[in-house]
Amino acid sequence: MTDLVSGFLQAIELLRRGDTSLSQIVVLSLQVSGIALVIAALFGLPLGTWLALSRFRTRGLAIALIYTGMGLPPVVVGLFVYLFLSHAGPLGFLNWLFTPNAMVVAQIIIATPLIAGFAMAAVMGVDPELRQQLHSLGATRVQATLAVLREARVGVVVALVAGFGGIISEVGAVMLVGGNIEGATRVLTTAIVLETRQGQFDRALALGLILLVLSFFINLVVFVLQSRGAPAKV
Amino acid sequence: MRRLISLILVALVLALLAACGTAASPVPANTAATTAPPQTLTLATTTSTQDSGLLDVLIPMFEKQYNVKVKVVAVGTGQALKLGTDGNADVVLVHARKQEDDFVAAGDGINRRDVMYNDFIIVGPSGDPAKIAGMKLAADAFKQIAIQQSSFASRGDKSGTNTKELDIWSAASIAPKGAWYLSVGQGMGETLTFANEKGAYTLGDRATWLAQKNKLPSLTIVVGGNRIEENADKSLLNPYGVIPVNPAKHPNVNIKMAEQFAVWLTSLDTQNFIAHYSVDKFGQSLFHPDSAEWHKANPTQ
Repeated sequence: MTDLVSGFLQAIELLRRGDTSLSQIVVLSLQVSGIALVIAALFGLPLGTWLALSRFRTRGLAIALIYTGMGLPPVVVGLFVYLFLSHAGPLGFLNWLFTPNAMVVAQIIIATPLIAGFAMAAVMGVDPELRQQLHSLGATRVQATLAVLREARVGVVVALVAGFGGIISEVGAVMLVGGNIEGATRVLTTAIVLETRQGQFDRALALGLILLVLSFFINLVVFVLQSRGAPAKV
Repeated sequence: MRRLISLILVALVLALLAACGTAASPVPANTAATTAPPQTLTLATTTSTQDSGLLDVLIPMFEKQYNVKVKVVAVGTGQALKLGTDGNADVVLVHARKQEDDFVAAGDGINRRDVMYNDFIIVGPSGDPAKIAGMKLAADAFKQIAIQQSSFASRGDKSGTNTKELDIWSAASIAPKGAWYLSVGQGMGETLTFANEKGAYTLGDRATWLAQKNKLPSLTIVVGGNRIEENADKSLLNPYGVIPVNPAKHPNVNIKMAEQFAVWLTSLDTQNFIAHYSVDKFGQSLFHPDSAEWHKANPTQ
């Protein structure tokens, strides 16, 4: 109980004091997950849209693979990336292991299926007649797809939020491929693991609260932007 | 909108159910032919004792002898002691003398006993860029690493090993800082793997090193010798202590069994077992007995 209270107080104290090592950790967390999210969206949104709108023989298999990917344990992704980037691995020459680059790569792999899966579900939810109508009105394929995406925008935003939530909170992959190096690759989640292992539960809790507050504000901004861009229909 | 809310509610309920499902997984029934149900004892210890494999053989022996089920929680030294402080463990087995003394002084633990020791070594890349191979004292080697700014991987987790490392730095009058000093905040195995990849030096315990060295092709022992007897720096010895949690502070602890465990662990029979543990595997023992009972029986060692 005392740890709970002092963790809460310490979170406020850490935020108020503007601790430099903390701000470094927060900035790196946002940078790594932000960059990973943008790249994962560039892959995931088109992939999800394409899977929702096209029909081909192995589509069922592709969808099953995406769904499986949505449940990939981050530590397994981390292990794969580790083995590829290790000095003994095929991409060892890049010297990316234990750098933020490696962390971004791992998080892209975690976020892409999440974004693709949610985007696919959102696009599938749009009335298929819309596309037929647009086609008959002379819209090109690209125009029609964009219109469908605009119709599915709430779901698309949810896809991005889910992708971001999945990677900002994961610890298994970044610990493995980033190495949790102080001042270089330490992010909020790995710092939480470290504090917990040291028995400093209050500090760990404080960092967890900061992570939560951060996620909350990001989602708040997304929500505001979304409701501004989408009047009426939800 | 209402549909969305009810969907979210359903999802939440499902998630809750799933969580309960895992929490309430059935406890395996005790199939042993004993009549009385076994007591349980929660042991908080450091990852190094578990990683060495010693606990995997010691615990079943104790369980069988005393009809008890031992739950081993292997975590960092800090967290292990914290589990004791919070009354979440009955007995702790750790290696960080200063923190152990603080733990006892604060009234969280009673009757600390010496159990065994192993030693620390400095491992580094075979090329030995800092030219420290064969040095007798760890502090001299650390000084040289700092001067050469050779990469050094630190546990950075306030573990027993990390505490020892920081002691050596201060003995060398160096405050390690800079791009060459990599504080990774992870366990011994992870830190060794890290050093192997990065071509860095690190301080590690010999037991973990022996157990993992086959997977660490680019590392070699540079200071500490190939066996504990060859280690010329006595400050590198790494003693383990067992401490029952104070029942006066935490009435829920199983003090009888905790005390029994401490007595059993330091008894001559168990100590002799520890002395011979893994000699067949590594050609040397991983831990050396150090209890009062053992020293009484072996006064010359």
